[in-house]
Amino acid sequence: MMWDWEFTAVVVPRLLDGLVITVLATLIGYLVALALGLAVAIVRRVRIIGPIVHAVMEFIRTTPLLVQLLFVFFLAPSGMTALTVGITVLGVHYAAYTAEVYRSGIEGVAKGQWEACRALSLPPLRVWGAVILPQAIRKVIPALGNYLIAMFKDTPLLYAITVQEMMFHASGLGGQYFRNFEAITLVGLLFVLVSVPSAILIRRLERRYAAV
Amino acid sequence: MPLSDTTGAPGPEAAGGPLIRFEKVVKRYGDNVVLRELDFEVAAGERVTLIGPSGSGKTTILRLLMTLETVNDGVIWVNGDSLSHMERNGKLVPANEAHLRRVRKKIGMVFQQFNLFPNMSVRKNITEGPVHTLGVSKEEANQRAEDLLELVGLKAKIDAHPTQLSGGQQQRVAIARALAMRPEILLLDEVTSALDPELVAGVLDVLRDVAQTTDITMLCVTHEMGFARDVSHRVLMFDAGRIAEEGTPEQIFGDPREERTRTFLKAVLETG
Ligand SMILES: Nc1ncnc2c1ncn2[C@@H]1O[C@H](COP(=O)(O)OP(=O)(O)OP(=O)(O)O)[C@@H](O)[C@H]1O
Ligand SMILES: [Mg+2]
Repeated sequence: MMWDWEFTAVVVPRLLDGLVITVLATLIGYLVALALGLAVAIVRRVRIIGPIVHAVMEFIRTTPLLVQLLFVFFLAPSGMTALTVGITVLGVHYAAYTAEVYRSGIEGVAKGQWEACRALSLPPLRVWGAVILPQAIRKVIPALGNYLIAMFKDTPLLYAITVQEMMFHASGLGGQYFRNFEAITLVGLLFVLVSVPSAILIRRLERRYAAV
Repeated sequence: MPLSDTTGAPGPEAAGGPLIRFEKVVKRYGDNVVLRELDFEVAAGERVTLIGPSGSGKTTILRLLMTLETVNDGVIWVNGDSLSHMERNGKLVPANEAHLRRVRKKIGMVFQQFNLFPNMSVRKNITEGPVHTLGVSKEEANQRAEDLLELVGLKAKIDAHPTQLSGGQQQRVAIARALAMRPEILLLDEVTSALDPELVAGVLDVLRDVAQTTDITMLCVTHEMGFARDVSHRVLMFDAGRIAEEGTPEQIFGDPREERTRTFLKAVLETG
């Protein structure tokens, strides 16, 4: 089987369009996951609503992302674009994971830090914002970084709800030209092209924050 | 430099009464009764040393005062305010966070493990409480931090991070941090026992200085008998959650009446 360069020339520009969507969905979804996960990790410590939030997140964590995507996509109001649904579901799904990461980070902060805060009567906003979270988050930056890569690799699932990311174009054009092999290979290549440098960047960040 | 702020309006029971009063205080952890109907009082300005064997409840007493723990029974009064209850419409109701914060502001604590905030500079460690709890201006808090670091001999380290300091230096910063809140009461729980022997003297010197230059009420758990003799007015010997013996340092260390005190002091002298 010969590699079809003509088809490559046709499909690559479309795949790059798709890559933009993929990266966009990953980055926004990741921000949602970071913010929501943090909120969940904090609220989990509150009486009564904490356990409820925990149960919901546990449910999200133990059902497949694909099922969640399709479920929300079919339920979503018609004004909501597939991309918005995709980003939201990705973000919420991964928030269930980042919440656990934050939780372990928060629990890793020495008990004495809470007691020192208490002895100084610091207001809760300072306790969390100036003492506990800066220490907790520093420790879990590597784990959080890993979820960015994992999330990026999960974006092809958005294809199932018609988001025009890379897989959408690859499968469309690949089928049309009977060149699925080239199409899929190129998608894989583009994924590697983005995730390897990202992984290196994340490791570098990790090393920087691991000190102290 | 005024280290203690005693302008707070005293509670109804405070006039002439003790600053701290334990009234039949019971503290249990599960089945383990740590304090058994403990009664004792500390007057304003008094320096009290708590000694006693491991597990006798010394740390628990300080932690109860700092409201890091709550009593199971009995009442702890600080300046006429109960740590577990407050008055509302003439009735006693369980204390809320606002009440605790108000009472707690009078109390400072220095921990065995220092518990400095590792993510903040020395300056920030000391100004955090005054700025965000007491509402002191940044400039004033900074001035306080500088004065206190001068007192503990660490002015040069104001912009260092705790991780760059020795244990003794960290503990001196922790003392400065507690004093920056201008507490009426200072709680010291074995503040030198996590330190290398050569660093102990520096910390104790700072505390002697605090005792000499201020009128802060001090409750101090320590195995440093020389220090206890120098600064304290009264020594309480605890055993199994009760006061086994109390007296002046001269009497307790020189001529203990109780057999338990004698055995304990002998053991401390041998190991310390
Ligand atoms: N958080 C806790 N949970 C359960 N038991 C506790 C807890 N804190 C203290 N205790 C128990 O309470 C008792 C008194 O402890 P405390 O720390 O007050 O003793 P101490 O006199 O300070 O001893 P040491 O000289 O070893 O510091 C001990 O039996 C201890 O095991
Ligand atoms: Mg103790």
